[in-house]
Amino acid sequence: MNAAQQLPPRLPEMDRVTPVDEVGVEERVARFGTRSIKKDSKVHALKLALSMIDLTTLEGQDTPGKVRQLCQKAMHLHDSVPGLPHVAAVCVYPTMVAVARKALQGTEIKVASVATAFPSGMAPLSVKLEDTRVAVAEGADEVDMVISRGAFLAGEYQRVFDEIVAVKEACGRAHLKVILETGELGTLDRVRRASVLSMHAGADFIKTSTGKIQPAATLPVTLVMLQAIRDHFRATGRRIGMKPAGGIGKAKLAIQYLVMLRETLGAGWMTPEWFRFGASVLANDLLMQLEKQRTGIYQSADYFSKD
Amino acid sequence: MARPDTKLDFQTEWQYAPAPETTDHVRIDPQYGLYIGGEFVAPRSGEYFDTINPAKEKKLARIAKADRGDVDRAVKAARRAYENVWSKMKPAERGKYLYRIARTLLERAREFSAIESLDGGKPIRESRDVDIPLAAAHFFYYAGWADKLEYAFPGRRAAPLGVAGQIIPWNFPLLMAAWKIAPALACGNTVVLKPAETTPLTALKLAELMRDVDLPPGVVNIVTGAGETGAALVEHPDVDKIAFTGSTEVGRIIQRALAGTRKHYTLELGGKAANIIFADAAIDQAVEGIVNGIFFNQGHVCCAGSRLFVQEAIAETVIARLKDRMETLIVGDPLDKNTDIGAINSAAQLEKIEEYLRIGKAEGAEVYQSSARLPESGFFCRPTIFTGVSQSNRVVQEEIFGPVLSIQTFRTFQEALDKANNTPYGLSGGVWTDKGAKIFKMTRALRAGVVWANTFNKFDPSSPFGGYKESGMGREGGLHGLSAYVELH
Amino acid sequence: MAARGRKKGTGNVARSADSASRGNGGERVAVAKTYKLYIDGRFPRSESGRYYRLERQPPGKASSRNGGELIANPCRASRKDFRDAVVAARTALTGWSSSNAYLRGQVVYRAAEMLEGRREQFVEELVLQGVPRAAAADEVRASIDRLVYYAGWADKYQQVFSSVNPVSTPHFNFSVLEPMGVVAIVAPESSGLLGLVSNIAPAVAGGNTCVVLASQTLPLSAVSFAEVLQASDFPGGVVNILTGLREELLDQFASHMDVNAVVLCEGDADAARKTQQLAADNIKRVVLRPAAAWDDAAAQSPYHIGDTQEVKTTWHPIGG
Repeated sequence: MNAAQQLPPRLPEMDRVTPVDEVGVEERVARFGTRSIKKDSKVHALKLALSMIDLTTLEGQDTPGKVRQLCQKAMHLHDSVPGLPHVAAVCVYPTMVAVARKALQGTEIKVASVATAFPSGMAPLSVKLEDTRVAVAEGADEVDMVISRGAFLAGEYQRVFDEIVAVKEACGRAHLKVILETGELGTLDRVRRASVLSMHAGADFIKTSTGKIQPAATLPVTLVMLQAIRDHFRATGRRIGMKPAGGIGKAKLAIQYLVMLRETLGAGWMTPEWFRFGASVLANDLLMQLEKQRTGIYQSADYFSKD
Repeated sequence: MARPDTKLDFQTEWQYAPAPETTDHVRIDPQYGLYIGGEFVAPRSGEYFDTINPAKEKKLARIAKADRGDVDRAVKAARRAYENVWSKMKPAERGKYLYRIARTLLERAREFSAIESLDGGKPIRESRDVDIPLAAAHFFYYAGWADKLEYAFPGRRAAPLGVAGQIIPWNFPLLMAAWKIAPALACGNTVVLKPAETTPLTALKLAELMRDVDLPPGVVNIVTGAGETGAALVEHPDVDKIAFTGSTEVGRIIQRALAGTRKHYTLELGGKAANIIFADAAIDQAVEGIVNGIFFNQGHVCCAGSRLFVQEAIAETVIARLKDRMETLIVGDPLDKNTDIGAINSAAQLEKIEEYLRIGKAEGAEVYQSSARLPESGFFCRPTIFTGVSQSNRVVQEEIFGPVLSIQTFRTFQEALDKANNTPYGLSGGVWTDKGAKIFKMTRALRAGVVWANTFNKFDPSSPFGGYKESGMGREGGLHGLSAYVELH
Repeated sequence: MAARGRKKGTGNVARSADSASRGNGGERVAVAKTYKLYIDGRFPRSESGRYYRLERQPPGKASSRNGGELIANPCRASRKDFRDAVVAARTALTGWSSSNAYLRGQVVYRAAEMLEGRREQFVEELVLQGVPRAAAADEVRASIDRLVYYAGWADKYQQVFSSVNPVSTPHFNFSVLEPMGVVAIVAPESSGLLGLVSNIAPAVAGGNTCVVLASQTLPLSAVSFAEVLQASDFPGGVVNILTGLREELLDQFASHMDVNAVVLCEGDADAARKTQQLAADNIKRVVLRPAAAWDDAAAQSPYHIGDTQEVKTTWHPIGG
């Protein structure tokens, strides 16, 4: 639970945000990739990653039936193997929140909802706030909003900032994740600036992507965002969570993200409370790797339920 | 600036399990002779010494001790090979041998990496990802020059010098062998090489490799031994060229020994590089640059960024981030794939480093070390920083050659520049700023042979490397690296 | 891989060993090779479906004009094939030109390794096309060594031809070479392998991609060389090789608006003039390489790389 901010949020000075050297970031990321995670540390990582998943369905073609099946999977990842954690949350559109809530009743799995005219965010603020209120009213524990990228790229930082502040207010007690859509921001400098802006505006989590465009989450943008979170924590004492979303389908990649998290932020963030994977197919690859670790035998996708 | 309750905790519940490199495919013979005239031969004295694994303090193999007579044999073999075979061979064909060496080294890369880490103490990740690939790349690069020298020296015809005597250090054993042998051979010379006493194995395995690719006998000869072997090589009258990489102290001895002789020489000596971070730098990448500059390879790097200059406005934040980063550096068994900082190369070197830690404390420096747990046996040192020091401290002036960084602040460009240049050394330097003009101003004014801007410790076979002032003379790598091995007519 | 028919004296690749038609029963029937184009890393036939006859000549003469026994049916590439090849070369250009020089050198070196392993095949194929055996062996050896030569230049020509320029204002000023882009190469008519390699290698070592028209009378080695390229980690599209009629395709090579440079080998005065005229439409760079002794040392040089390089100069202030 975050401590409430004492002062009204103020836009930080954008041109004083530290520059980011892309080549240097790529080198650091490459070095994380050389960490060799084996045996019980691999099992630990796989289970940790599972517990951090926001199982997601955000399709125009979603129906209550689809969402119910997803929630079923969320609760029963692979019952033939005991001792598996459950995922952190299920992530759906506002109109599906009630369905998800009902299906997940009695579990600890959270319901996250996208809002603010996801994924483009191209709607008047009034519409975006209404979208948020609906999600919250329907029972969402968490709201994933998108920033106005066009305004950001045009340098209208105050407007982007004010929108986040307004959405945060509309969230009430729901946690707010702010999606930067890093694939549209273009440079790591902008990713850093957008991170700083969002955190000052009241984000509880900052999130890389909607998953609807390429590139979605990448290790370099995630590193930059983790470093921004670290510096914000150091300066304000406020802990903010992080969620890479989209494009993380393989266990090996997910473990690389965890290595990066561990060596940038450390123990304080290594829980589902502060780190999430926005993913749909990752869960099964994690399960397959866990089975392989348990049995020593490479697995086939046929043996793990698809939902 | 940072609040007291905001310490990061890197001792997470999730720990990395040991990830040892397999060594069952690695072959180290119990004993090695000298490699002379294409064969391994016993030393005339019959004397051997041990080479050990500094992480386990266990013997790896017995190594022949070359005396003056052995060195003489080797030089004679090199001379014969030069006169009868190598100088008569078409340059393109000489190049093809170097290509063979490059390609075969890559085929055997894993084995070489493991042996390099066992013998010298550097982490397997570094041997595997940096040392061995770069060594192969050096051979590949210089292979291409063998038949192209007419384009390297406008208006001049390049001819080989003859026999080159080469003495290399223990910090990058195979890479230093490649840096020496490749250009020498490409320019048509033959070689007698003396590896460092504590790290002879990869040079000897390289000799095996050269024999396997049918390099004509005597073109490369390896004489193992200690200081006396090196002195014998330097003093041998039939050597045309001496190339040395090592300490400035020994470099001085060699330069004196060569005075009045006709021998060409190049020296690549010590350093105490300034790594300068301006307030407008990309700070997180600069912190990584600090780490690359002084903590990797255990700080056993002549061009290490061992004097940090950080602009006062960001000093506190840089040091805080550096300390965080130091906490995530794993000091451990070099053969573990997760080790960042391996073993110090020898007991003697560890003692030297610890002496400097004592000196620093005695001089009043504040010492900070990471909380890394060290293995119970072997020679290890935690990454260390000194703050509260200035130019007049011995630990700021003298080369420590370990994972020990001194940190000073500065206020203006000129101040940083003056302090950076205020040293008898001049091998390398680093500058971190987002402003291009400042980079070029700094690189123009810094008296160092290699300047890294927004990066550090980057090497490439095509990029010349070498120092100003007491860091030595001559360049290795690139087009400029050919000069050391030719006579221009 | 010995040419089948050679031992029987027919040198006929396209037909099975004669013994089969004699109903001998004991002889093995040869599997003849189909010679196709090489575009975008694959081997398609000409989209036009056309071919031309390559016929066996009396020893020492390599020309398919005078009728004789059939050796093969090389594809007769059309303008559309050329168009497709240019698209492939353009697409491959970004990746190839931005790959580091060491990598390019290694890929070209690997082509040498692959060609070395196939020496006999290439010698037999040249003999089949009328090259005397000793000359064929020399040509194959020289081709391998030429690849090694240019592999070694990939990460060096920049150092020889670039400069830092001492301008009189406080600027850091440097000039570097950059590949021109897509290079159309009309390979030498007289030399089916060495001439081909001598023109492809410097272009690609320098970061260009290319579309090559093989010798019309000695086309087979070019197609087999494409196999070598494919086995050498060359990304698809970096080198594209077409066989066909020079008189049909020369205009295409010279006029295509998305080609940056054209290299014309052994063109006569007419061909040279026409090429330059057509090239003018997009100010295409024209490199004329007259008939040469391709096995001469003078036929290889870093200047051949420089021929398909631009020079880019950058200024940056030196200051605070």
